[in-house]
Amino acid sequence: MAAPKRGRSASAQSKPGRSLALILIAIVALTGGMFASGNTTPRLGIDLAGGTSITLQAKADQGSAINKANMKTAVAIMNRRVNGLGVSEAEVQTQGTSNIIVNIPKGANSEEARQQVGTTAKLYFRPVLASEASAGAASSASPSASSSGSSSASPSATPSSSASASQKATGSSSASPSSSATSQGRAVTDALKADSTSSSSASPSASASPSAGSSASASASAAASKLEAEYTALDCNDQAQRATAGKSAKPTDATVACGKNSGVWYKYVLGPARVDGTEVKKAQAVFDTQTAAGWQVQMTFTGTGAKKFADVTGELAKNSQPPQNEFGIVLDGEVVSSPTVAQSIVGGQAEISGSFTQTEAQSLANVLSYGALPLSFREQSVTTVTAALGGEQLHAGLIAGAIGLGLVVIYLLVFYRGLSVVAIPSLLVSAILTYVIMALLGPAIHFALNLPAVCGAIVAIGITADSFIVFFERIRDEIREGRTLRPAVERAWPRARRTILVSDFVSFLAAAVLFIVTVGKVQGFAFTLGLTTVLDVVVVFFFTKPLMTVLARRKFFANGHKWSGLDPKGLGAKPPLRRTRRPAGPVAGPVDPKEA
Amino acid sequence: MSKLGNLGARLHRGEISYDFVGKRKIWYGVSILITITAIVGLAVRGLNMGIDFQGGAVFTTAKTSVSVAQAETYAKEASGHDAVVQKLGTGGLRIQIAGMDTTKSDATKIALAKDMKVDPESIAADLVGPSWGDEIANKAWEGLGIFMVLVVIYLAIAFEWRMAVAALVALIHDITITTGIYALVGFEVTPGTVIGLLTILGYSLYDTVVVFDSLKEQTKDITKQTRFTYSDIANQSINGTLVRSINTTIVALLPVAGLLFIGGGFLGAGTLNDISLSLFVGLAAGAYSSIFIATPLVADLKEAEPQMKALKKRVLAKRAQAAAEEEMAEARGDDDRDDAAPAVVGPRNQPASRNRGGRGRPSGKRR
Repeated sequence: MAAPKRGRSASAQSKPGRSLALILIAIVALTGGMFASGNTTPRLGIDLAGGTSITLQAKADQGSAINKANMKTAVAIMNRRVNGLGVSEAEVQTQGTSNIIVNIPKGANSEEARQQVGTTAKLYFRPVLASEASAGAASSASPSASSSGSSSASPSATPSSSASASQKATGSSSASPSSSATSQGRAVTDALKADSTSSSSASPSASASPSAGSSASASASAAASKLEAEYTALDCNDQAQRATAGKSAKPTDATVACGKNSGVWYKYVLGPARVDGTEVKKAQAVFDTQTAAGWQVQMTFTGTGAKKFADVTGELAKNSQPPQNEFGIVLDGEVVSSPTVAQSIVGGQAEISGSFTQTEAQSLANVLSYGALPLSFREQSVTTVTAALGGEQLHAGLIAGAIGLGLVVIYLLVFYRGLSVVAIPSLLVSAILTYVIMALLGPAIHFALNLPAVCGAIVAIGITADSFIVFFERIRDEIREGRTLRPAVERAWPRARRTILVSDFVSFLAAAVLFIVTVGKVQGFAFTLGLTTVLDVVVVFFFTKPLMTVLARRKFFANGHKWSGLDPKGLGAKPPLRRTRRPAGPVAGPVDPKEA
Repeated sequence: MSKLGNLGARLHRGEISYDFVGKRKIWYGVSILITITAIVGLAVRGLNMGIDFQGGAVFTTAKTSVSVAQAETYAKEASGHDAVVQKLGTGGLRIQIAGMDTTKSDATKIALAKDMKVDPESIAADLVGPSWGDEIANKAWEGLGIFMVLVVIYLAIAFEWRMAVAALVALIHDITITTGIYALVGFEVTPGTVIGLLTILGYSLYDTVVVFDSLKEQTKDITKQTRFTYSDIANQSINGTLVRSINTTIVALLPVAGLLFIGGGFLGAGTLNDISLSLFVGLAAGAYSSIFIATPLVADLKEAEPQMKALKKRVLAKRAQAAAEEEMAEARGDDDRDDAAPAVVGPRNQPASRNRGGRGRPSGKRR
């Protein structure tokens, strides 16, 4: 019995310096990180800091009516999009019959949030029947040469085409946006387009000839010829046309659509949807380091989705020529990417690569994960709002909280005297870690602190305090048994440790279950609870215990100074242990040998 | 500290102790009374759900010079409900009031316009749906259900099913009392309140588990002795952790009390009141129920076990025998055992239970 115990205490006593150093380094590193990242305060929730309020109005389309059920679904989906982890404190609610208000706390990226809530996210995988760079007259290879007519037919060509010209003219000086005359401007742009197209014509979808073939083969029906006309007329460089192209297409029909590929707009003829976005189980943004393709969105399909996807890719792979071996990933009517397929893709995994930035990839993944909105929405107004709680309330709350904490410190000083050298720094370390981590989580996962979370953190103080109170009381019990401090600390620790772990496990279980299952604010609460629980364990294991071990070596504590809080007399220990035991021996007869 | 420190020492030695388990009926009674009051309060007054749960009306004004605080007062006068007022980027105000239908919102709009001295037409009124919709609520219930099942399983494995049951009863007790008091006081239920209740749920279980951990430790080798019944040891265990319970409760309650009494009372921080009240009541109830309800309940359940019944019989028999010996000893003038026998939780008893808990595990196995 003695051997393992000595081993344990020896190892525990050799460690305290290291543990203390470790936690100090962690604090310094985290604090440094906090200052380095420039987020020195936790992001505050909308109730404390105010934010931006976006009003969205529903538009009825594609046969989905604006009714209560659809609005409710839309609210739920938007809520998950802007508050996926439940910690960003964004709020979504209906207003009237056809509006949705989205409130986003100050400091959050409201641009990104606006995009996320506004995206309908109807995702379809459609086979590509034809595609070409949308360059109008200039692309002479195109058999559907009537495209020049189409471009002149668009009356709104001037503003948009000059804008796109300035955007796309990479380095070419002639792209003067000042070309005011419609036809001239048009010509300049088209020429430019032709240039850039021919330079990037290595891309598989640039070849135009098969498009004629496929549209010819598909032209059996009147619908197909209409489609062909639409396709011919479509100029994807035109923003107005782009905004409508393919947007109202039913998933079961073939359609035309636009898509951007390496900076150039392409137009497509797409077959009926084969797999749709509801069959995506999960999507996540990943950075592809192998092929240097940049940010991608990886999708995992559901069982049926995976099967359909394998079928459609199998069929497409039979066609060796682009673009018939391509499929278009169409999000809200726009082709996000149109990869070529070399073989049937089984396993239910697919990825969308495009020239995404990290934010774009992440919001696309987010939007895909939470499904499509049943309605599409138009942004009606965007305005800033002040905090729902007045500033004076927050101020009063902070003063009150500070007074409460002051009382806790006084209580600990009075009750634990010298031991408050351990108790108060433990609370302090815990407070610093909580604060710094919350501040860092602001930019990392949009974590925002609201009033309930502040209150939760205050209760967490109680739980942190409980951990060392349990430990201290165990030590005192051991001292009352007549032990000297150092063995008392080492004996008390395993028992206190078990209590702390068992009870913290319950809290952590609550946090984990609620975090996984729930959404919105409850999920945010679960996150805070989990964080503070883990920090409690970290602080007790890496700070309180080692510090106690170190201090137990000091004379002040070891000799049980009157003010150390561990004075055996003050605690009512029965000094010289053995002597008091022996007379008690006969009474506690069978039990006593255990003690020896 | 010396007084409390002494209290700790004396509790530790068992010189003083409160018979929590013996007097359980009184405390069960007290709890049942409070719980019934809470349930009646809930049934009669009901919970005053806020705008986040039931929706309401939102009034948007044009640019105005009326301050947020003034608007709050006006809105409260006009509607009789608490209002959330925010200043908009346009210089106007957004006033949200819970529990409004169209007719009510029209009346409020006119009253507001009069108070704020603006044209009623310049105030846009709209009904808003709950931001804490059904989906959030349903998922929260689902999560709670799963958590309850898991925690009962966990406690049944880590401790035993009786303790799991007792912990659950204590938990329901705490939540009912807190919700009931909320209904009685009539504060509006906000998402903050719900978060407060969840915090209490966590704390209540946490506190109960800490007390049970000590109980489990102390009752480990209970069948190997004949001095104490389960109830006796349960009582010792509560008394042994009493100082910890008091300290923890004080440390947890002080900051919340600061928020409630100083922040809410003197400084007038309105919305803080509802959260800190639910926390204050819940934390106090949580600490109380672990000691006065959960542990005696475990003792009750345990005493129904045949093994424990047998133990009780043996203990009582031994005590009767000891008492008889005592009388004989007294006749002989031997006062050595005088103080030990009559006290159920005598000072010398303590080492026995201590040993059992501490190094008792390995040596117990060896034996």
